[in-house]
Amino acid sequence: MKESAVALSILVLLSGCKREERSLRLQPPVAAALNQVALMPNKIGGSPPYVLFALDHPYDKNAYQLAQGKRLWKWYGCPACHGDGSGKSGPSLVDGWWRYGPDEASIFITIRDGRPHGMPSFAGKMTTEQIWQLTGYVRAMGSDYSTAAAPGRNDDVQTRPAENRAPVALDPLLHPSEAR
Amino acid sequence: MSEAGDAVDLVDSALADGILAARLAETWGTGRSLVAWLSTVDHKIVGRRYIVTAFIFLILGGVLALLMRAQLARPENRLLSADFYNQVFTMHGSNMMFLFAVPVMEAMAVYLVPLMVGTRNIAFPRLNAFSYWIYLAGGITLWTAFLLRVGPDVGWFAYVPLSGPQYGIGKRADIWAQMITFTEVSALAVAVEIVVTVFKQRAPGLSLGRMPLFVWSMLVTSFLIIVAMPAIVMASSSLILDRLVGTHFFNPAEGGDVLLYQHLFWFFGHPEVYIIFLPAVGMVSTILPTFARRPVFGYLALVLAVIAIGIFSFGLWVHHMFVTGLPRIGESFFTASSMVIAVPSGIQIFCWLATLWHGRPVLAAPMLFVLAFFATFVLGGLTGVMVASVPLDTQVHDTYFVVAHFHYVLIGGSVFPLLGGVYYWFPKLTGRMMSERCGRWVAGLVFVGFNLTFFPMHLLGLAGMPRRVYTYQPEMGWGGANLFISLSSLILAAGFLLFFIDALRSIRWGAPAGDNPWDAPSLEWATASPPPPYNFLHIPVVTSAYPLWTERETLPVTIGLRVERREVLVTTVAEARPEARETSPRNSIWPLLTALTTTVMLIWSIFSPWAVVWGSIPIGIALIGWFWPKGTPEDDA
Amino acid sequence: MRTALRLGLGGSLLALCAGCRGWQSALDPQGPEARHLRHLIWLFTGVAALVWVLVMVVLFVAIRRRCLGSPEPVALTPPAERRATFAVGVASVATVIVLALLTAVSYRATGALGQDTEDAVNIRLRGYQWWWEATYLGPLSEATFVTANELHIPVGRPVTIDLSSDDVIHSFWVPNLAGKQDLIPGRDNRITITADHAGTYRGPCAEFCGLQHAHMSLFVIAEPPAEFDKWRDAQKQPAAAPGGDEQQAGQQIVTGTQCAACHTIRGTAAKGTVAPDLTHLASRFYLAAGELPMTRGSLAAWVADPQTIKPGNNMPQVPLTGDELRAVSAYLASLK
Repeated sequence: MKESAVALSILVLLSGCKREERSLRLQPPVAAALNQVALMPNKIGGSPPYVLFALDHPYDKNAYQLAQGKRLWKWYGCPACHGDGSGKSGPSLVDGWWRYGPDEASIFITIRDGRPHGMPSFAGKMTTEQIWQLTGYVRAMGSDYSTAAAPGRNDDVQTRPAENRAPVALDPLLHPSEAR
Repeated sequence: MSEAGDAVDLVDSALADGILAARLAETWGTGRSLVAWLSTVDHKIVGRRYIVTAFIFLILGGVLALLMRAQLARPENRLLSADFYNQVFTMHGSNMMFLFAVPVMEAMAVYLVPLMVGTRNIAFPRLNAFSYWIYLAGGITLWTAFLLRVGPDVGWFAYVPLSGPQYGIGKRADIWAQMITFTEVSALAVAVEIVVTVFKQRAPGLSLGRMPLFVWSMLVTSFLIIVAMPAIVMASSSLILDRLVGTHFFNPAEGGDVLLYQHLFWFFGHPEVYIIFLPAVGMVSTILPTFARRPVFGYLALVLAVIAIGIFSFGLWVHHMFVTGLPRIGESFFTASSMVIAVPSGIQIFCWLATLWHGRPVLAAPMLFVLAFFATFVLGGLTGVMVASVPLDTQVHDTYFVVAHFHYVLIGGSVFPLLGGVYYWFPKLTGRMMSERCGRWVAGLVFVGFNLTFFPMHLLGLAGMPRRVYTYQPEMGWGGANLFISLSSLILAAGFLLFFIDALRSIRWGAPAGDNPWDAPSLEWATASPPPPYNFLHIPVVTSAYPLWTERETLPVTIGLRVERREVLVTTVAEARPEARETSPRNSIWPLLTALTTTVMLIWSIFSPWAVVWGSIPIGIALIGWFWPKGTPEDDA
Repeated sequence: MRTALRLGLGGSLLALCAGCRGWQSALDPQGPEARHLRHLIWLFTGVAALVWVLVMVVLFVAIRRRCLGSPEPVALTPPAERRATFAVGVASVATVIVLALLTAVSYRATGALGQDTEDAVNIRLRGYQWWWEATYLGPLSEATFVTANELHIPVGRPVTIDLSSDDVIHSFWVPNLAGKQDLIPGRDNRITITADHAGTYRGPCAEFCGLQHAHMSLFVIAEPPAEFDKWRDAQKQPAAAPGGDEQQAGQQIVTGTQCAACHTIRGTAAKGTVAPDLTHLASRFYLAAGELPMTRGSLAAWVADPQTIKPGNNMPQVPLTGDELRAVSAYLASLK
């Protein structure tokens, strides 16, 4: 009982560390390995690189990486098509529907290689690390769970709840075609 | 209470001194078990804990300071990373301001004020116990976060937007803001206790005009806390709401204002400086007459000066914001008001000098710290006049000049008197003297080390070194001065180390002190050292401002307080004429439980706003336990 | 003790010498604003030193002098008390007078600072985490060209700088020329500076702004009007065309990869707007907001590993081969 309590608290504390750690420099070989996403033949889904597991998914869990992803979202002009995340000419990323699946590998591929009907490839514009940061942020934005590592609101005009106040879509999960 | 029977009506005059002492000790005492230890409400035990805890935070903050000096010892040093350095200086500032300076002054007051005014316990003793636990919890929260590398990294005043939701990444700023909540709750609780103790529990005859100056200072300080703390409650709560719930207090795009935070913060932040400084003034005014061997010169002037400083301190906050682009004419008003506050400070200095001039100064260890205080505080005050000038401040604001200035006023103005105060009151707290020889060494090392460390910072600031930089380029030419400062800081550290060694050694092996080793005039020396749980066998009656000097043989006393229940004498506000007997609560574990549940709620609320809802339930239960009648004699009064 | 004292004096003198000269010193004014302020600093310092010495002398005498009268602490002698009251009264009145004078001087100095004039050069300076974007404005406040981390100003002509921030609060401070002024999101501030002498003056960011606050400097280069005009005309031009194969290859890499997504090089396909304008990068004296002197070597080092040089800055590490890196640094070094 006592041991388990101690173990549990250590676990909680360590997860706290992981979430707040700021690793500012990614070793080039690790960056290269992070680019190795195994893609299914239909190019829709795939399996993320092993090194992502070894790093313990920093782009989903780490506050600094998520915040960097949020900066990139703005800097790389994502709002031009996706608006505040709830969609404009591009699809919404917060309604719970993912055309190419909700897993990190497919979102990474979507950003890196682009998709038909307008999603451009960012391979030559962003580094691998940046694409992973953006992937993490996009997932946090659309998740239906509130994540404590997620960034708060921007110092902008507010059009939807902040990321750390997810779920953003409060309505029952409707397919985009039904919602319109 | 029927079972209490006649015993509760037993009055102190009915018993011989020996029996009375034993009975009172039983009524007011704290048992030896762990539960008793955790549930005590004795102001002396709580005050002692407070002091020890605050000094531990001083050591921790000092270690951080040494880390910073090690990093800055040479240009482009890579000893600490930028990220870690930012956490270290934020922790140093927050720790020293919120966990050391304010609490240690309150701690001294919690211990000393009831003794100085001649009562048996502080007003609201359970609140007092609660305030200690919540302060401890706040300190542990902050330091745990730091050790987990989640330490705040936004500076001790955490300006938005850097600390806001967009740029304050992760939970770091939330932890800082929540630590503020802990310490402000604790500070407010103590302030209320002090005000009530001072106004209503003074010994008969201890009119406002006879009150020791330390008590006056603490009274004014407590009012400052009560008025200033709500501003920081506003600032830190709005910050947390912005960060966690998505409000827009400080978001310009939604009609918020970035500068609003600075106004709120400094409306608290400037009085905060005086919250730290005024108690030290009180200590100087207490130590000085004892060792100058005469009453302090200009008692009325000193009291009025303290009150004036307290009031003026609320009109200065904008001088922290002179470079934010506020209208020039408004800024000039704050220049004038900042200059005005130098007048009462000056009057204090002059009165103390006059006291020394017409006294027979004995240069014992506590007095040496007071002399060190003069040399450094006057210098710090004068650089304060410099930074009060708007145009001049535009050159020195946020540079090492300001770092030097506020260390001169905070260490010189507050910590030196505090160290003197520790040497002075240590015999009262422990019954043993600290070493006079060590004291001289400590005073010398700290004074020399301090000046060698901080004086060159003035020059560095004028040479263009901004504060809060984790490193600087070699071509700036600051390397020599910084290395010199870093080496000097070791002297300062050695002084503090010796101080702690001396204190620890003296608790055990110091020479026995006796009741009044310094032949001091105020009431805390009228009882044993260390004081018994009930403070005074009989509540003294005061006939002058220096009771132990005018009534050298025996103090007159008052009788009629009951023995079998905790009872204190309530007197009138101005004249201290006896008014009533009032019961004082017994020991209770509930303040600790309330503090624990509050801690859970506050920390949980960093992660979910629902904590405020669900976390309030256990707090409510603990409060019900706190106030539930336990069938003690005190309940039926 | 004596050695400590000597060391202390030595160190203080050392710092003092460092403070009196230098390209980032409030005590080495190169313009009217800073000169006013230096007068003020010396005046206040003088008064403060005098007061401090007086207090210390009185304190010393008070401790040393032998006091007559009874050793009983509460037995006070009324004449002595009267004399003390008089002395404290005089000292208090003197304090009030000195402070009033200082306030008046300070108020006058405020009025003398930052006079706007018609022919001022107008610059819009925007703070970013951790660099500065400077936009030179034309006569109708329209942008003429953008540069970063370095201002050129003509000697003898006032320069008004509009200060704003994109992210957090920064503070503009070039101590040799003037006091500081904050750059605050959602607010517009303005400061006027004038340089009397040609020279290079350095300004650090003076408000804590996050990880790399220590490496966010700005240079002000004051030069004779003719040279300033020359510089301005050169800055208005688009980037120089690459000369030679290596530079050509470098340009292709810069405009075709990640670089172009954030940086602008006027006259090429690089049109990013979130990072410093690189059109005339090599004409600046320093790289990365005062971190590295501008050489081809430091350009290569910076591009190769920005996170080691300035940890936490927003420039990613773009994977380049050795040849590519050489080409890129050659091209960047050619952007005069």
